[in-house]
This record gives sequence, structure tokens and C-alpha cells, in this order.
Amino acid sequence: MTETASAPTETTESVEEFATRARQWLAENMPTIDPANPPEHDRGEEEPWQRARELQRKLYDGGFAGICFPREYGGLGLPFAYQKAFNNESRNYELPMILNTPTFTICAATILDTGSEAQKQQHISGALRGDEVLVQLLSEPSGGSDLAGVITRADRKGDKWVINGAKTWSTSAFAADYGLMLARTDWDVPKHEGLTMFLVPINSEGITLRRIKQVNGSVEFCEEFFDNLELGDDAVVGEVNGGWHVASRQLYHERRAVGGGSEFASGIGAEGKSDVPIDYVALLEATGQADSERAQEAAGRALVHRAVREQLIDHVYHGVLDGALPPAAGSIIRVTHADVHHLEFDTVLSLTAGSGVVDVGDDMIRYGERYLSRQAAALGGGTTEIARNIIGERVLGFPREHAADRGVPFNQVKRNKG
Amino acid sequence: MTDAANPERLLFASTTQSFLEKGASLGRLRELHEAGTSFETDWWRRAAELGWTSLLVPEELGGGNVSGDGVADLALVAELCGRTVAPGPLHPVSVVLAALAEAPENHEQTIESLIAGELVASWAVYEPGKQWSPLNATVTATPTESGYRIDGVKDRVEAGADSALLLVVATCEGAVRQFLVPSDASGVTVEPQRSLDMVKTYARVQFDGVEVDASAVVGAVEQTPSIIARQSQIALVLQCAEIVGILETVLDFTIQWGFDRHSFGRPIGSYQALKHKYADLKIWFESCRATTNAAVAEVATRSPGADLAVSVAKSYVGEHAPGMLQDCIQLHGGIGVTWEHDLHIFLRRVTLYRSLFGTPEDHNLRVYALTKNLEYAS
Repeated sequence: MTETASAPTETTESVEEFATRARQWLAENMPTIDPANPPEHDRGEEEPWQRARELQRKLYDGGFAGICFPREYGGLGLPFAYQKAFNNESRNYELPMILNTPTFTICAATILDTGSEAQKQQHISGALRGDEVLVQLLSEPSGGSDLAGVITRADRKGDKWVINGAKTWSTSAFAADYGLMLARTDWDVPKHEGLTMFLVPINSEGITLRRIKQVNGSVEFCEEFFDNLELGDDAVVGEVNGGWHVASRQLYHERRAVGGGSEFASGIGAEGKSDVPIDYVALLEATGQADSERAQEAAGRALVHRAVREQLIDHVYHGVLDGALPPAAGSIIRVTHADVHHLEFDTVLSLTAGSGVVDVGDDMIRYGERYLSRQAAALGGGTTEIARNIIGERVLGFPREHAADRGVPFNQVKRNKG
Repeated sequence: MTDAANPERLLFASTTQSFLEKGASLGRLRELHEAGTSFETDWWRRAAELGWTSLLVPEELGGGNVSGDGVADLALVAELCGRTVAPGPLHPVSVVLAALAEAPENHEQTIESLIAGELVASWAVYEPGKQWSPLNATVTATPTESGYRIDGVKDRVEAGADSALLLVVATCEGAVRQFLVPSDASGVTVEPQRSLDMVKTYARVQFDGVEVDASAVVGAVEQTPSIIARQSQIALVLQCAEIVGILETVLDFTIQWGFDRHSFGRPIGSYQALKHKYADLKIWFESCRATTNAAVAEVATRSPGADLAVSVAKSYVGEHAPGMLQDCIQLHGGIGVTWEHDLHIFLRRVTLYRSLFGTPEDHNLRVYALTKNLEYAS
């Protein structure tokens, strides 16, 4: 994969001078926060998105938006070092963090790689001004892991594309203006060869958007139904039937963003204080088990696994950097993330006992509630089963799983029954 | 641990590796086992000449390391030893040297002999009927006119029968102290104890009114708990590093087996049930290496977090390694449970280390206690 072309422009300002200017500007213009206790932004609510758009507009007007995006699309065209300097200066300020992923790090980055000149002009600068929120419309109700097997269809009718089908698990699509939507445009060729990526205006005739309520009450994820949605050729991103290339760029940018390595993210703080690590010492005291050796041992084990996960992230990061491990070793972290999450919530379910399942007034039931969505950590961002395939095949080199659809025209591939 | 950036360490690693391949192969290990020999004194002297025994000792005491980081160098030796489950008293000698390097007064000659490989010494810390609790000794040291009188029983003393000196943890006037006691002193009885390992032997050592000079004491009374902590850290780092070496070797040949072995016309590694098992082994292996490296770094810099880091590493490695070996045996099929196959040799050593110097469960308790202390301190 080639690097995204965030070609640095000539600047006479040094990184240090830039940082000084950013420091002054931030102090005069942006709200301050305590980075250890950031304001809660529930991505499932409307208000944080409005707030993020306003903050993004401030950044844009102040000349600090899109530091690594090219100037012609509204950015500053500066190298990553300037963005890092800005991140460092902005730790104590409220930034529109929820716009980083997927809007900037995945969607805008992919449009920059593969979009037309007009798409770049409209959507990258729109996002940088705070006017556009971008999302991904990839997964479908018919199947999650097999992305190239999508069955949402785009049929050619005259000079229009007519879209029918459904997408799901679209993160914060309710708050978005446009989505990158993968659809099938040719059913007579193998699955990767008949896909096209479209930029879809979310608030269009022909799209019905519904929130998905998750077990933990979050309504951030959405599903969308397409009924004869009409799009023009200007909605096509990249080539017709070249959609898999665009999707691959999205997956590439997604992996970089999740690892914290995207130059297109602005700010490095937490998005909110939810998902704070479990404090086992406080938990044992609250549940009257401070002196129970059995409880201490279980809590100690969870702490061990949590510590090793952090050590592993560092070890794999450096291993990939120095070539000791292949890039696919990122899946080692992905599985461990889920395994440790499971262990923690199994442990906390055990430790909270009766007060984890009946609200006796000590708020321990919140752990029981979090236990109910335990598997989300093993599903979101690709299942652990797929991750173990990747480790087995691309890290250890074992033969690939048999795929009955390889090389087969998609209209002859067996699909879900009923 | 194999830091590619350091040429001295690379050279040291390759010298150590070829020495081990020549004189400490698995075939050689089986011969030693057949002969009832734990290790050969001459072989150990040659290992010492390569520098294995000098790494924890400062230069002014006749020691010296390879890379500027003696703990990391020693962990590298242990990892390489793990690849062939090498024999020899690397652990007991290193742990005793770790103590003497902290409190060398009156022990300069002993340090020199240990570094030269002419002398073997071991840490007598476990006691019969009790689990890992290095600061609590029922063995007593009673002050006499010329020194101390030692009474009581220790057990699980590694290489006890091959050690001329024992570093004995004892309670003396209400405080924990350590004493170097010659194993041929009057009143010392050494009885061998069988272990799971092919060659590593242990011993029960009884002390009946054993008289030692005042100079036998190691370290001042207020210094002793921290010296014992340092010895424990070295012992645990050695265990984890050696297990990482064992896991690396066993995983390498077990993964190769997944390519070579065919069932129903396919390599067994192409079956998803086995592929996922292999993936887990890889995940746990990299985690074992990551946490061991982290512990080595903390112990090497004498960080305040060293106790926590070694307990995290020992808990994790101890929890996973024996099960990983059993998984590798399962992947090999019936051949894996035969005496002829080498798998049991690796499993023996890993199982032994899992349960000595604190079980994973013991270290989970310590991690909890240390975390609680940290929270109260902040």
C-alpha cells in the first residue's frame, strides 16, 4: 500500500513557531478541560455532534484544521510533526474528538486517496469546516465478516444508479451528512470485481435510517434501508467495479487510526470518561471483600492480564517496526483486547455476586449490565475468529481457509437461505 | 532480549548458543539423566569461563557484563538455556551471587570462586510443609561467642547435593538474616529430593547445631529484606526467560509439524480448529515474551516497579506455559506422550518452574497487594 498523499507544502514557520502560535490561539479561543476527566460525549446523542461541528468550525476559522490535509482542500498541507506539536499543545482543551474517526482518519483520508477532484473539494473541505460529518456504510445484515460479499445492489437505469438493499453497524450515521457505501454493480464476476463505492447523502429520499439499540442502551449504531435511492455518476468514488480498492483503503486507514498512528486525527485525548478501567481495590472494599484472599487472587489475576496486554501492545508495535513480526501481527493485539475484556468482566461478575444482578443501592449492577454486552469486544472491528484466521494464515503461514466463492461469478455463489 | 542493536551481546549470544548446542543438547541431557548426573563440574566451569557467572557482579568484585546491562545478559543466557533445557546450576549460583553482590563484605573469595565456576552455591529458602514465603523462616540462627548456631530444616534446595555452600535464610533475634553455610560443616545433613525435571535435583537440608563464624552473615539486618527481594526478582526473571526459550523452541517445531503432518490429504495446520489453537499459542507466546522483557527491564534498572513487574510476568508465564506445552502435545498426537519424543523434557522444566518461587496464584495475590499499596500511596 502506498502512503496517502498528504504532500507537505513549503512553510517558513518552524514546528516550534507553529506550536507557540497554536498555544496562544488555543488559550484565547478553545474551552479548557481536565484531560484526566474529559467531558462525557455520548456518541449516540445529537448534542455532542452539534458541539463538535462548532468546535471544528472554530479550528477552521483559526487556521488549525486539517493540519496534514492538502491546502487545496482546506487543510494546511504540513508534515505530521506539526500535527503532533498541535496535539501536544491541545491536551488541556476541548477538541472535536468524535470527528476524528471515522470522518477524518478514515473517510476523508480515503477520499483523498481515491476520490475525484470535485469530491475532494466538496467533502474534505466540508468536513474541515465542520459542515460535513462522514461515515462508512459497509456491513450488511446478511453477513459481517465477509465484506466483499455485500449484496446491496446498484443498478444502472439511464444515467442514474439505483440503490436497493440494507446496511448495518454504521457508526454514528444518524449524525452524518455523507456515507461511503459499498454496493454490487456487477453480479457476473467474482465478488471482489463487481463492487463500486458511492458517496451517499444520508438525508436522501429512498434512505430509511433506524437506530440500533444495543444491550447496554447505546444507540450510536444505525442501520439504513435503501429503496430505489437514485445517485448520479458524480457519487461514484474511484472506478466503477473498483470498489474493493476503495474499501481496502478504508480498512487500511481504519487500522492505522485504531493504532493511534493517523496524521489526520487532531488531538489525542480520550473521547469521554466512559469505559474507565475497573478499580478492583475499591470494588473489593465496596463489596465487603477487602480481606478475602479468594477475591484478592481473582482481582490480582485480572490486573496481571491487564498489565500484560499493555506490555504486549508495546512489544508488537516495536516488533512490527523492526520487522521481527509481520504487520498482520496487529491481530494478536485485537484478540488479546477481547480476551482481557472477557476476563475482566467475568471477574467482576464473580466479585460483585448478588449486588451485580440486583440493584441494592451500591451501583454494582452497572458491572452486571456491562457484562451483558461482553461479546461486543470480540465482535466489533472484525470478529476474533477472523483475527485468529489472520494470525494462523498471515503470521504463521498456514494454508488459507477454503473459500467456496473464490473465482466464482457472484450470482452463482451460495448465499443465506430464506 | 536479543537486542539486535548491540554487537557485543550478539557475539555473546552466538558463543553461548554454540556452547550449548555442543555440550548441552537434548541427547546429552538424556545421557546425563541415564547416568543419574545433574551436571558435569567441568562443563559448568567452561560455562563460567564464557561469562555466565560474572554478569550480576560489578567489575571491582571480579565480575562484568556484556552489554552494560547484566540482568538482560543473564536473561539472554537463560533464554538460550531454555531452548535445549540445559542442565547446570545457573539459577542457584546467580541467585546467591545476586545477594553477595549486594553485601560482599567477607565474601570476596566466595564471589571469585563462584564466578570461576569452581564453586557451586545455592539458596536455602523453602522450608518443609510451607509454600513460598521467603521472609518467614523457622530455621533459627542463635548468636554464639564466635558467631552463630543454625538449627532447623530447609528443603527444595536446588542442586543442594552439588553445592559446597548454602545461603540459608534464618530468623535471628526476631529478624530475617542470611548466612553462608558450608554443606560439609558438622551438623549439616543433605538428602536428595526427586524433581519432575530430567536432571535438576533438589535437596532437603537439616541443620543440627551448625556453628558458623560471625563472618558467615550476608548483609546487615536492615538490608536483608531488600537483598531477599532482589534474589527473588533474579530467580523469577531467570524462570520466565528460560520458559520463553523453551516455548520458542517447542512452538517452532510444533508449527513445523502443522505444515508437515498430513491427515485426510491436508496439512493439519490447514484445519481451522487447529489453526485457531496455533493462533492462541502465538498470542500467548508473544505475551510471555512481552511481559518477561518488561520484567527484565524493571529489574535491570532497579525500578520501584520491579517487584510488581516480576510478579506480573511470573503469574502470566506460569499460568500459560504448562498449558501451552500440553496443547503442543495434543497437536502432536500420540507421539507427544512417548518417552522418545522430547516434548516431555520441555514440559517437565516448565511445570517445575511454574510451581517454584511462588505459583501464579501466589503472585496474583502479590500483584493485588502491591496495587493496593500504590493506590494508598497516591
